[in-house]
Amino acid sequence: MVHWDATEKQTITSFWGKVDLAADGEHSLQRLLYVYPWCRRYFHKFGDLSTISAIRKNSHVRAHGHKVLSALGDCVPHLGDIKGHLAQLSKLHCETLHVDPANFCLLGNTIVVVLASHFGAKFTPEVQAAFQKLVAEVAAGLSRKYH
Amino acid sequence: MVLWDAAEKKVIASVWAKVDIEADGFQALLRTLHVYPWTKRYFSHFGAMSTLKDIESNPKVRAHGRKVMAAVGDAISHMDNIKGHLSQLSQLHSDKLHVDPANFELLGNNIVIVLAAKFGADAFTPEVQATFQKLVAVISSALTREYH
Repeated sequence: MVHWDATEKQTITSFWGKVDLAADGEHSLQRLLYVYPWCRRYFHKFGDLSTISAIRKNSHVRAHGHKVLSALGDCVPHLGDIKGHLAQLSKLHCETLHVDPANFCLLGNTIVVVLASHFGAKFTPEVQAAFQKLVAEVAAGLSRKYH
Repeated sequence: MVLWDAAEKKVIASVWAKVDIEADGFQALLRTLHVYPWTKRYFSHFGAMSTLKDIESNPKVRAHGRKVMAAVGDAISHMDNIKGHLSQLSQLHSDKLHVDPANFELLGNNIVIVLAAKFGADAFTPEVQATFQKLVAVISSALTREYH
């Protein structure tokens, strides 16, 4: 069971209010697909992802990035029970999407890098620690129903 | 054997020219110690590091962050043979310092995050990020190579 102190909750809630779900979501997914190219295997139906240019222009990447970051944002009001909140999504990723759960950590890292590039100096060590805890908890929540 | 193309070498050289070895090295080490607190075990001789304030005001953290970042810079000057260049340091980390090599990746990730925050999304593009992630992965791998 994960405990969040008041400072961590405040940090996450206040920063999340400034995240641009569409732009930051798109950038996170673009970077995942470019830096970890095997992830493209999960998105054959998106069409051309063979170069960074193609990834940048791909409207499915934009839409899906927004969807993924919104889902992460949905966890913020449920910090005390992220695992419970993500149970259905976890089953989906295991039974229907067949995603290797190691990739959840890669996407989490990429989201942290995008937030750092967005917030610059405001992305202090405390903010970084809170967000790394959030993405680790989300990765754990998404992996939990795997069998 | 790691191959670097001309574009990757150019990206690394141009980004590295703007890196502040002391300030950026300090940030990378302090974030590693704060975000991954078990890494403090390797530095018990540094004195007080139990809170982020302690870590931030610890002169040994600052000095060591600089040392680590300077070593990354040296590896960059030997990009075509990072494994060979780091073999002594790898032996040191294995035989004397007894560092779990998983921690090299954690520090590498923090170097990438510090550069992302410093340069912002427009300059720290996906191509630049990919190049630096490759660099830190190669350095981690080289530092692990002499472990036995």
